[in-house]
Amino acid sequence: MRIAVVTFPGSNCDEDAVHVLRNVLGVAAFKVWHRDTQLPAGTEGVILPGGFSYGDALRSGALARFSPIMGAVRAHAEKGGPVLGICNGMQILVESGLLPGAMLQNSSRKFVCRWVGIQVETLHSPFTRFYQKGQILNVPVAHHEGCYYAPPELLAQLKAEDRIAFRYQAGDNPNGAADDIAGLLNPGRNVLGMMPHPERASEGLLGSEDGKALFVGMASAWAGRAA
Amino acid sequence: MSGVVDVKLARSHGLTESEYQHILDGLGRVPTLVELGILSVMWSEHCSYKSSRRHLKNLPTEAPWVLQGPGENAGVIDVGDGQAVAFKMESHNHPSFIEPYQGAATGVGGIMRDVFTMGARPIANLNSLRFGRLESPRMRFLLGGVVAGIGGYGNCMGVPTVGGEIAFDPSYDGNILVNAFTLGVLPSDRIFRSAAGAVGSPVVYVGSKTGRDGIHGATMASEEFGKESEEKRPRVQVGDPFTEKKLLEACLELMQEDVIVAIQDMGAAGLTSSSCEMASRGGKGIEIDVERVPRRETGMNAYEVMLSESQERMLMVVKDGTFERVRAIFEKWDLSVAVIGHITDTQRVVIKEAETVVADLPVGLIVDDAPSYDRPQQRPNLEARWTLPNLAPGGLGPRLLGLLARPTIASKRLVYEQYDSSVRAATIQGPGRADAAVVRLPDLNGAPSATQKKGVAMSADMNGRYCQLDPRRGALLGVLEAARNLACVGAEPKGLTDCLNFGNPEKPEVMWSFVECIHGLAEGCKALGVPVVSGNVSLYNETEGRAILPTPSVVMVGLIEDVTRTAPLGFADPGDRILLLGRLDRLGLGGSELVAMETAELLGRPAEPHLPEVLATHRAGIQLVRAGLVKSAHDVAEGGVLVALAESCVAGARRFGAEIDLPGQGELLARAFGEGASVIVISAAPERVAEVLAMAKGAGAEITEIGTVGGERLIWPGHLSVSVAELHDAWANGLGRALAAV
Repeated sequence: MRIAVVTFPGSNCDEDAVHVLRNVLGVAAFKVWHRDTQLPAGTEGVILPGGFSYGDALRSGALARFSPIMGAVRAHAEKGGPVLGICNGMQILVESGLLPGAMLQNSSRKFVCRWVGIQVETLHSPFTRFYQKGQILNVPVAHHEGCYYAPPELLAQLKAEDRIAFRYQAGDNPNGAADDIAGLLNPGRNVLGMMPHPERASEGLLGSEDGKALFVGMASAWAGRAA
Repeated sequence: MSGVVDVKLARSHGLTESEYQHILDGLGRVPTLVELGILSVMWSEHCSYKSSRRHLKNLPTEAPWVLQGPGENAGVIDVGDGQAVAFKMESHNHPSFIEPYQGAATGVGGIMRDVFTMGARPIANLNSLRFGRLESPRMRFLLGGVVAGIGGYGNCMGVPTVGGEIAFDPSYDGNILVNAFTLGVLPSDRIFRSAAGAVGSPVVYVGSKTGRDGIHGATMASEEFGKESEEKRPRVQVGDPFTEKKLLEACLELMQEDVIVAIQDMGAAGLTSSSCEMASRGGKGIEIDVERVPRRETGMNAYEVMLSESQERMLMVVKDGTFERVRAIFEKWDLSVAVIGHITDTQRVVIKEAETVVADLPVGLIVDDAPSYDRPQQRPNLEARWTLPNLAPGGLGPRLLGLLARPTIASKRLVYEQYDSSVRAATIQGPGRADAAVVRLPDLNGAPSATQKKGVAMSADMNGRYCQLDPRRGALLGVLEAARNLACVGAEPKGLTDCLNFGNPEKPEVMWSFVECIHGLAEGCKALGVPVVSGNVSLYNETEGRAILPTPSVVMVGLIEDVTRTAPLGFADPGDRILLLGRLDRLGLGGSELVAMETAELLGRPAEPHLPEVLATHRAGIQLVRAGLVKSAHDVAEGGVLVALAESCVAGARRFGAEIDLPGQGELLARAFGEGASVIVISAAPERVAEVLAMAKGAGAEITEIGTVGGERLIWPGHLSVSVAELHDAWANGLGRALAAV
């Protein structure tokens, strides 16, 4: 199990993701610089971490999608390898077209950081397979542009294809996201983008361990299939 | 600006006539314009501490664990196992009043730079804020802008904002306070300092390019505000947290290698103060060619380059022959990097513009000969305010609800939810959860660790009202409150940083209260054995002759040996017993929130702290929390014991009522709402109460059982019965309603 965590200029949750994988779960994890063009040999999964890549210039994620490493990330995704985008990572996935839709400013027009409850909507993905359907996960959010937007036909398609991975609990939507969407999958179900931070909810000491199973699922999904 | 340097131009630079004469005498000639600019900014109150220097010496700064005391970019204390923490608090009051978002943002950026200049990775931010009356639309704009600015910068840097304090008082109508604190972690044997190295060593500029922003910001921060202060907006710097994040990573990367001899951030007074301070601290000289300074604007002259306060810049002295390594790292992070000069043995600061010398000043004149004033002091008639008003008896319920809704007391959730408080995966007690913020320490490399047991606790405190009524006692009470908050999370106090915010020091009554507050801080720190390791002075917080309350804000830092043993402030389970540590009869209504609410005046003398009792209470609190015997701990502060109890009822993960009986015979309002030092509300499982009592008594503390957690109401039979829903509504929505009211 080898997970690459990409560091863009302005990433600030890269260390936290490496920490959970390496120190909490014992998974081999390492940082990859955004200017690299190849993922290291043996990479089985990729995490695009949270933060403010390129200082959120233009739009969150709008510049990071052009970073040289993104070609290799896309290729990894196209081969079916698991790719997880957390917070700014989700914004980058959406800007890259690896996930559909768009991210808007929070409906409050303010940054929001708090604990929310998110409901597991599908078990059909490497990331969610170790949860129970309908399980509520306690995780923090911390973002300014977390309001997921999709036009009605796309929303209908996401639902029909069971691609909504997580929804904010009713009444606990922190950003006005369409249909309370907190995380969604690509058609191949190997790319997950989510606004909440499972890496900050993987130790009981920090308030919740609910995020751990997501990383366990991701890390074991592609074992032995790395390029 | 005319190019002719004379006394008139000197005055427009904020220098007095006698200061200008001192320059003429020291130099033996008329200074050049660049020299005048350098001297005026270095001799400003902000940079020279000319009114405060002699008094700051009264603060205790030493302890065996202090690795770096005041005088560097930040103080450093040893926390054991090869680790140290660097921390400091700094004010950005004047710029934040003029342009709240950028003023606050660059304050946060500046203090983080101070900390990573020492070689520390920042792991926690706090802030201490003061605003005036929210009835004013301008004040609501300032609050919104400051909070957004603090969040905008800290969030982008990936440093969690884990705590702080906000208070409101009409005295801050014309001068808000924005004090920003950062704590970072570093290996205890690898502290970077700013003293210039060997003669000939290259002086390297790194970070952002230099523009015309913020010229004379330090001088602005050394003046009172008048009607024209709006015009000073161009003196406020503009922050770019993205560049600072890159600067942080590049600096820490370079610090892994044996390259840097000295490093100093370019904060107030930019290149001028960083170069002069490096030369002064190293006992050397420095020569800089402004033509080689990376710029973002064309046509800047030497004066502008030297006085620019463009953000996100650092000055370093590196080992000869290592520049290519420096260049590689900073270019990797897309930052400017250039050799702009070298260290000399002349003990002079020489500024060249290509081949022309535009300034040539002795370092001694700039730094050592900076003016130092023993300004006249005058004790005001404090006693005139020490008589308490007659308040109508009874009415505890409505009064409690009124106090809980006061913006100073009500939940600050609207504010702290705009700060990322959980990035770095180490926040054990974030904002609103406990009396002090608690963060798990990272590993030796600054990365999050799952095996690390140790943590740091931090608490920001000070009550300006107490300090106005009795400056010495007020400052002492603030220090004790910080320590009490640390005790509530089981932390042993280890160090303190302060930010001394006052009015115009040329007014004898302001100066007197400044000196008295320093004595109060010193008394508290000495009693606690806590050294002051860093700090900042902000004077001239005055508008049209009206000064702020004396506000010597402090942040105290404590150490926790086992982060699994801390306590939240909210009650945990029904049936738990509620106890008071410390003596309720030591509290009083002098300077209290209740008196302020009912009279809109500043009246009474703050209650006297009895130090041996206070220390025993803290000791007991720390022991009880560390032993895991208590489920909650919350200090009695503004609003008194009933407010503390109500907060413990409604601020936790779950809400509870409680039935209590407050001990004592004294006047009912004083018992219910009295303030002062040394009382902590704790709760414990009934079967542990005997152990709790024994441990507290063993620590020499007074302890009294006062009731039980549970039910839907907070009840004091015969005196008070309020539903939890009402308590929660008042407390949770108080600030929102104050902001929404027109």
